[in-house]
This record gives sequence, structure tokens and C-alpha cells, in this order.
Amino acid sequence: MAVAATTGASRGPEGSFLLPSAHLRRRLRVEKAVKAALFVAALASVATTVAIAVSLFEPTIEFFADIPVGQFFSGTTWAPLFRPAQFGVWPLVTGTFLVMAIAVAVAVPCGLGAAFYLNEYARPRTRAVVKPVLEILAGIPTVVFGFFALFFVNPQIVQRLWPFGGVGTFSALAAGLVVGIMILPTMASLSEDAMAAVPGALRDGALALGATRREVCTKVVFPAALSGIVAATVLAVSRAIGETTIVLLAAGSNPRFTLNPGEGVQTMASFIGFAGIGDQPTGSTGYKTIFAVGTLLFVITFVLNLISVRVVRRFREAYE
Amino acid sequence: MSAASRVVAASLASSVPARRRVRDALFGAALVASILVALVTLGALLVDTFLQGRPRLNGQLLQNMPSARPARAGLQSAILGSLWVVGLAGGLSLPLGVGSAVYLEEFAPRDRWYIRLIELNIQNLAGVPSVVFGILGLAFVARGPLGWGFTVGSAALVLTILVLPTVIVASREAIRAVPPSLRDGALALGATRWQTIWRQVLPAAVPGIATGSILSVSRALGESAPLLLLGALTFVTFNPDGLDSGYTVLPLLIFKYASDAKAEFHVVAAAAIIVLLAILLTMNTTAILVRNHFQKRRA
Repeated sequence: MAVAATTGASRGPEGSFLLPSAHLRRRLRVEKAVKAALFVAALASVATTVAIAVSLFEPTIEFFADIPVGQFFSGTTWAPLFRPAQFGVWPLVTGTFLVMAIAVAVAVPCGLGAAFYLNEYARPRTRAVVKPVLEILAGIPTVVFGFFALFFVNPQIVQRLWPFGGVGTFSALAAGLVVGIMILPTMASLSEDAMAAVPGALRDGALALGATRREVCTKVVFPAALSGIVAATVLAVSRAIGETTIVLLAAGSNPRFTLNPGEGVQTMASFIGFAGIGDQPTGSTGYKTIFAVGTLLFVITFVLNLISVRVVRRFREAYE
Repeated sequence: MSAASRVVAASLASSVPARRRVRDALFGAALVASILVALVTLGALLVDTFLQGRPRLNGQLLQNMPSARPARAGLQSAILGSLWVVGLAGGLSLPLGVGSAVYLEEFAPRDRWYIRLIELNIQNLAGVPSVVFGILGLAFVARGPLGWGFTVGSAALVLTILVLPTVIVASREAIRAVPPSLRDGALALGATRWQTIWRQVLPAAVPGIATGSILSVSRALGESAPLLLLGALTFVTFNPDGLDSGYTVLPLLIFKYASDAKAEFHVVAAAAIIVLLAILLTMNTTAILVRNHFQKRRA
């Protein structure tokens, strides 16, 4: 760029040899074109967000023209694809909350424990084995987890050990447990990043004052890495809420207004998947329902992600 | 924890009162237990799936077409469908993603509001549930403005959009890791910005970009939720032959077999999972080998 400026500016009367050569001019044109093309590439992601917003909101508005907002947010029966159709969204909300709560109860403590272990306890050799295994777990497709939840976790574990009443083929518990395992590696690796950013001097200082390794973990590393850990937790919640395939396979597709983990439930995400399979005719209320629920899901996860980004930025403890 | 502090901790441990020592032991045990939860689950998943799927793991499984009759059901059209869709998505997302990354790292004026908006937007897109991309695909690509229908092209485009944020983030990290001295040197010798990037920065960033994009592509290969809305959940008994061809993919066929009432289909689903995991394992191993190969060469 600097080359371009000087060459262009120094056209003296006798300095015609300083005029940019044809070669250089072509190079500068290429330069400009490339920069523009790359900018367009960077805009592709913005276009995606805009397209998501537009494609969600228009049918959603049409949906609420058909179905009163009051009925949507107060009804406790969700049967949009039946006759007579009913559009109370609460069963989906409780189902989503139930699966999310179980998943987070697995992923957050175990993910934190794994991160403490890898960062503060494990010898380099153990770490070199455990870390790749967690990465393999992170790479398992959700449909595989769903199969595992449906044909192993539910019959072998949940049906045998659930103490309150019989459990059918589908259960929120099996789905939630496996969703928790699915997000565990993310929780672990994000928390570990946060812990690794805590300077060693803090640990050494605490140890020198007589703290044990546990106390270093809970009283020094944990508070110092808290912003990263909170952000990881928020992200874990958001991923649990958005998980579709595992829940659809393991918790079934029957929306129940319940908080009993032994029953099958439908979540917002798994309803979208379920309704999508049915190939609703464009413009039908069933079709618009996908978008109304999708908007709710998108808004919830969007807000959670914003919070996570904010938390990291605002509460990050900067160490030199 | 460093080796030195480990020694200090060990020598101090003997002087710690009994109650604290019990707590320390319990805490340590809880940490090991958390790791074991992950390891044991992964082990159970792999062993259980392998045992369930083994009876159907043979050449016929790969050659036969999907079928409503469990004894003859195979995976051929789904494997080819996955290759089509994921190949296209990889081929599209790589130039777009690396292009965005180069712009943001090398050209973008950092302090401008629209650059901050683009960055925030990429962060947010990475957190949008994958099923929402399916809704986008249904409303925008399969029907609506583009109207491509339930085809290979629609699925590939939606998966491209889905993995784009991951490719961008990985490529940005790889580009950022290239030492500034390389750029300064090239610019000082009279190279233009783009010549510097194309001949110095990008070659040095290849290992990181390759690893990141192979991992993103393997994510696309395992993705099922968005394609539920894009008509992939059908028995397709022909191989895809173009962008406008009907299709199914391996994860969706697994979903279909797994949710069938007949137990024989669950065996086919388990066998198909083994095939899918084998493909993914090959891809991830390649990613690691690529990374190691380039790292050694540079050192």
C-alpha cells in the first residue's frame, strides 16, 4: 500500500520513469479486487444471521396472527399437528428445562472436575492420554449418542435404577444424561483454558503459604478463572437447550407437561426436528409452528450466547 | 502444576492436619471420578455399539441400498450422499472461511463498528443450535427465495453455512500464529499486501487451517438435526448424481433405522454407526498427521 502511494504521487515533469509500470498497476488492481472479495466473504456470516432472522420472523408473525399470543404462552397442551390443534407452549418449555437441567447437572460438575484434574493434578503423561480421549468424545456425532441413550442408557441404567415408577422406552432422564456427556468435553476444555490462563505465581504463592492442592484449586484457581467458567457454563446451557437428535431419539416425541425425569418429553428443538420430518405443506399452521418455536429457541440461545461473550469480556481478570 | 510446586506440595502434605488431608483425598477422588465418567461412557458406547452391530458388519452392508426389509438393508446411497454433501460443503466453506479469516486478520480496520459487528456475529453464529440452520434451509434454500427443494445442493449449502463460523475461527487462529517478522520481511522487500499473504502468511498457516477445516468437515459429516428438516429422512434407493438429486446421508439413515419399530433394524443402525465412526476416525487421524507433518518440517 505504501508503495502504491509514493509511486502514484511522484509524477515529476522529468520523472516519467517513476510512473507506475503496467505490471505494478495490474498488481494494484488485483490487490483492490482481492480485498473487496475477502470483505464479501467476511460479510457472508452477517448475511447468514440476517437470513436466519428474516426466515424466522416472517412466518412467526403470521403464526401469531392465527394463534393468539396469550394462548401460546399460557396453554399447557401442545398438539399443533392434531385436530383440534392446541398451541400451549408450556409442555415444550418444561421439557426443554428438564432435559437441560439434567444435562447441566452432569456436564458442569464433571467438566469442571475434569478441567481441575487435567490442569492441576494430572502428570504430563496422564494428560497426554486423557486429553485426546476427551477430544474423541467431543467428536462423536449426536445421532450416535442418541442411539446409545435409547438402546443402552435407558434400558440398562434408567429403567433399572429409576426408583419412582416404571420407565417406558423413552425418558427425559436418559436423554438428559447423554446430552450432559455430549457437552462435557466442551465444558472441560473451555474451563481448562480459563484455568491455564491463571498465572503459576498465584499457585506457588498459595502453596508457599501452606495451602494444599485442593485449596489451591478451590480458593485460588477457581475464583481467578471464574469468568471463563461462567461463560463455559452458559455455553453448556445453550448447547443443551439446542440439542435435537439425542432428545428426539431418547425422549420420544410426546409433549408432556411434566417435570418427572422418568417420562418421555418433547423439547423445543426436538419438536422442530419432529415437525420437520413430517414435511408440513408450506403456509399451513403446522409449518408456521416450526418457525414460532424456532424463534423462541433462537432468541433464548442468542441471549445466552451474548451473555457468555459479555461475561468473558467484562469479568476477565487480566494478569500481566 | 509445575514439577517444582508438585515437590513442594508433596513435602508439605505430611504436615497437614488429618481433617484437611481427608478432604484433600476426597477432592482428588472426585476429580478422578469426573474423568472416569467421560472415559467409561465413551468405552461403554463403543463396546455396546460394536457388539450390537457386529452381526451385520460385512461387505453387503456397504453395497446394498437402504430398504424397508431389514435383512437386505444397506448403506450405499447414504454413504455416497454423505460424500456428496460433505464434499461440497467442505469445498465451499474452505475458501469462504479462509477468505473471511484473512480479511479479519490482515485487512480489517479493527476499531470500526462494522468489523466489531462481524466478529460478534461470528461468535454468536457458532452458538446457534444446528436445528435452527435447518429452519433457515427449509425457509430460504429448499423453499422460499432459492427453492432448490430437498436436494444435495440445499443440504450442502446449509452445512456450509453451519460450519463456516468454525472454519473462520480456526483459520484466524492459524493466521494469527504466523510470526509478524515474516510479513515485515516480505513487505520490506517490496511485496504487496496480497503477495505477502498468498506467498508467506497462508503457506505458514496451512497446518492450522488444514487441521481446523478437517475437524469442521467431520462435524458436518456427523450432523443430523438440520437435515431432518431438509428431507433427508427417506429411503433413497438411488445414488445421488448431481446438485439437484434427491439424497440421504449416513447420520439420517442411522436415525431412520434406529427409530424403526423392528429390532433387526437396530442392528443395521449399530453397524452403520461403526462405519460412520470409522470414517470420522480416519479423517481426524489425517488431521493430526497433517498437523504433525507440517510442525516437524518447520522446526
